[in-house]
Amino acid sequence: MSNAPDLKAPKKAISHSTLGRARRWSWMFQRISGVILILLIAIHLTMNLVMGDGINQIDFAFVAGKLANPFWQWFDFLMLVLAMLHGANGMRMIIDDYARKPWMHATLQWALRIATVVIIVLGTLVLFTFDPCPAGSDPSLLPSFCEDI
Amino acid sequence: MTATAEKSAEAGAIPSMTVTLKILRFDPDGLDGREPGTEYWEEFQVEAHATDRVLDALHKIKWEQDGSLAFRRSCAHGVCGSDAMRINARNRLACKTLLKDLNPAKPIMVEPIKGLPVEKDLIVDMEPFFASYREIMPFLMTTGTAPERERLQSPEDRARFDDTTKCIMCAACTTSCPVFWTDGQYFGPQAIVGAHRFIFDSRDEGEWDRLEILNDKAGVWKCRTAFNCTEACPRGIEVTKAISEVKHALNTGEI
Repeated sequence: MSNAPDLKAPKKAISHSTLGRARRWSWMFQRISGVILILLIAIHLTMNLVMGDGINQIDFAFVAGKLANPFWQWFDFLMLVLAMLHGANGMRMIIDDYARKPWMHATLQWALRIATVVIIVLGTLVLFTFDPCPAGSDPSLLPSFCEDI
Repeated sequence: MTATAEKSAEAGAIPSMTVTLKILRFDPDGLDGREPGTEYWEEFQVEAHATDRVLDALHKIKWEQDGSLAFRRSCAHGVCGSDAMRINARNRLACKTLLKDLNPAKPIMVEPIKGLPVEKDLIVDMEPFFASYREIMPFLMTTGTAPERERLQSPEDRARFDDTTKCIMCAACTTSCPVFWTDGQYFGPQAIVGAHRFIFDSRDEGEWDRLEILNDKAGVWKCRTAFNCTEACPRGIEVTKAISEVKHALNTGEI
């Protein structure tokens, strides 16, 4: 058995600036986004599956009708971004814990970052460039307001 | 006090039972034709009383059956913290665990605590654990000249960190932590308990030095509140609560 290493001299007192560390913000973000997501997802599920005709109401017309409304566009955008960042942050910690080999760690972290960005960009594009009334489709499948155009 | 010697012996007789212990052994030297570094399970049958502890059974094995069995123990009464081991998949002190509380009808599984390098049988290298403890500077830090008399403290100020003064550094909490198992970088619950004891001590002035260390990569933010540490602590310290109080201090900047 080797002897105990020498104790390091105590460091100088450090101000509250140490509070601004990435680890702490990642922890805070996880908690805050989690609480907001519970609310958003509860509203999302209630609106889609409980209100109105419940699960039977979901078809192209219903989704197109919702995405034509800027409120639901921004609601879904917030849900998309928070869910992706919350999930990615959690996955990042799992990779930190379990990927021991440096190359595996780096590969997984980059795969995660790329997947997160791609899904957020793709989802945002869908939300804001969605056409609720595609030309030449069966009017019975489209939301009611398409007739006015 | 009229009972005869014979009768009192009968009345005081403790029921005895045969207990099977299944011990995870590690042989670094390769004795009896084994490869050096072999890990294997070995079963022992022990005659034991209902009042016996796991440590008594281990003693019986070592003294009467197999002297090569290696384990640590010092005071044998739950004070020194030497004999933490994984008994029936839970970290406990062998000297504080009664055999009758473990369902002696089934073999009792005894393993070394996890996450630290095993040296022999139930003995692990505690150095990484102690190194984490040293990192958080577990000593009183003050400024100014030392007072001539003791540093006084109100009972309320003392009560603030009472829970974390109970730590005996047995490593049961740290080696029950799933983050400690996977990630060799994490300080582990014990170091945070040790820091908590000084951070919330009104006489100590090094709290921000310690909080700075615990705000680091390997610090409190690695904690996933799995509560394994609180369950494992043989002293009943609310370890996860102590870690959360450190997180709270870091989040609010107030102690």
